[in-house]
Amino acid sequence: MPNAEMKNRAELMDFDTALELFEPVLGFEVHVELNTKTKMFCGCANEFGSGANTNTCPTCLGLPGGLPQVNKKAIESSIRLGLALGCEIAEHSRFARKNYFYPDTAKNFQTSQYDDPICHDGSITIELESGRLVTVEIERAHMEDDAGKLTHMGGATGRIQGADYSLVDYNRGGVPLVEIVTQMIEGAEHDAPEIGKTYVAAIREIAKALGVSNARMEEGNVRCDANVSLRPRGSNVLGTRTETKNVNSLRSVERAVRYEIQRQATVLAGGGTITQETRHWHEDTGITSAGRPKSDADDYRYFPEPDLLPMAPSREWVEELRLTLPEPPAARRKRLQAAWGFANLEFQDVVNSDLLDAVEATVAAGASAQAARKWWTGEIARLANAAGVAADSLVTPAQLAALIELVEAGTLTDRLARQVLEGVIAGEGTPAEVVDSRGLAVVSDDGALIGAIDAALLGQPDVLAKIRDGKVQAAGAVIGAVMKAMRGQADAARVRELVLERAQAIE
Amino acid sequence: MSEITAEQVAHLAYLARIDLSPLEITSLTRDLGQIVDSIAKVSEVATADTPATSHPMPLTNVFRDDVVVPSLTVEQALSGAPDRAGDKFRVPAILDEE
Repeated sequence: MPNAEMKNRAELMDFDTALELFEPVLGFEVHVELNTKTKMFCGCANEFGSGANTNTCPTCLGLPGGLPQVNKKAIESSIRLGLALGCEIAEHSRFARKNYFYPDTAKNFQTSQYDDPICHDGSITIELESGRLVTVEIERAHMEDDAGKLTHMGGATGRIQGADYSLVDYNRGGVPLVEIVTQMIEGAEHDAPEIGKTYVAAIREIAKALGVSNARMEEGNVRCDANVSLRPRGSNVLGTRTETKNVNSLRSVERAVRYEIQRQATVLAGGGTITQETRHWHEDTGITSAGRPKSDADDYRYFPEPDLLPMAPSREWVEELRLTLPEPPAARRKRLQAAWGFANLEFQDVVNSDLLDAVEATVAAGASAQAARKWWTGEIARLANAAGVAADSLVTPAQLAALIELVEAGTLTDRLARQVLEGVIAGEGTPAEVVDSRGLAVVSDDGALIGAIDAALLGQPDVLAKIRDGKVQAAGAVIGAVMKAMRGQADAARVRELVLERAQAIE
Repeated sequence: MSEITAEQVAHLAYLARIDLSPLEITSLTRDLGQIVDSIAKVSEVATADTPATSHPMPLTNVFRDDVVVPSLTVEQALSGAPDRAGDKFRVPAILDEE
């Protein structure tokens, strides 16, 4: 039998063969970190990037005398997220202690929910690139607090294997999370990896649209555990599943699901068995490796949290919150694409660059959709990339709309507009102010142009002769000279017209 | 008599990271058995129309507003730590998790 731990991807059965022999069954647990001002059970700031251990108190450190108090905003966000996922909101809900010993929590338990989650029985429908619609059933969405952050020191790789000791920062300990758990997803077939990616993307998009999370996967605001099992074709007995932890980018979700399907198929086809265990995803090598098997240590001895009172969200409150839900992101995308008349690729480009809001606001400020798209996904994205910041942090939609208006009015060429954009980004004022202060407007005064054109034509008599002989392509050299003389501040099409006129007119 | 066994107590002690001597396991098995028996008596009194309760107070929805209050200083936070490195708690590497 092949080794269950493949050192590299060369030993893997290919994906299509794996799918011929086995049917994949999936499940996902997605953790969404809420963007409340404070933690779940105490008034410490919920802030990414603060100095180590500056946002802690006796409650989130689990010190004697600490007493948890539920953050109302976190409950509200959880209910809104549940409603957006089509969930029922429980009439009675309570917190439970999940007991375990690990230094990522100083309390020796995670405050979570067990038998009375706040949201249950929802579903969302996702659309794959092929147009296939897949409905993912949500079993539950419950609240819990996040753990602190461990840094493993010593050893070669910064991973726990070989580490000498670990350092702990409890700033994240106690930050509110909603954990969204799907039912088993059957019938995924070849689409299994894409379903994983698209589902997590949909959760992220919904959380962002609701404003309940910053939803930045790179900052760990959205984290995914992917469950995969295989069963032989024709069997209806579920296979043993593995849970691949902390797959933290959309592309990684897709790759990790694909890898686990191939790995498990290789093991099973070789007569081996799958161990029920957690696995770790390695972004660099594109493989998963065994974590610890499920064992006695997973006896979490859940019991109702004695320091917190039960919750009973009133139906009136739930209905009030339902009224605050935004248009579902998938519906919004359909509506905007139709309104803007973008081709699929153009629209995907905007969505993938996370610029839907920016383009929408720019159009609302008066710009044409195509011009807004071109600028955001072109020049602005390029500058943002170079600076390593988000495109929508460079200019406001109103500034861009004003710039586009100047181009469309003929005051600026695209080339000049790019210079104006740089001025706006540098904080030199509105586009109109930058045009004035840098003297960048197109020279539309024919008199000034003609002066430059005549000089250029007379300076290149051979070119002038060619144009007079009807070889109009020779005009390019003169146009270039004129544009240079005008420092680019002329409309090249108008210059060309005038060059052809003047070539016949001058003595 | 309850069904608490010495094996269960030993297992519970392992889960709770409490090091018990064989003598302590014997006495705790007896003590826990008595507690379970006493609770079983209470359960006999509870009728089907008495809902299970997790809290003695008839209160729900006790919430706090989402307002930041001052945290401990780093020095205060680390003052009870057995070991530290800079502004972080320092703990032994624990091998079965990542």
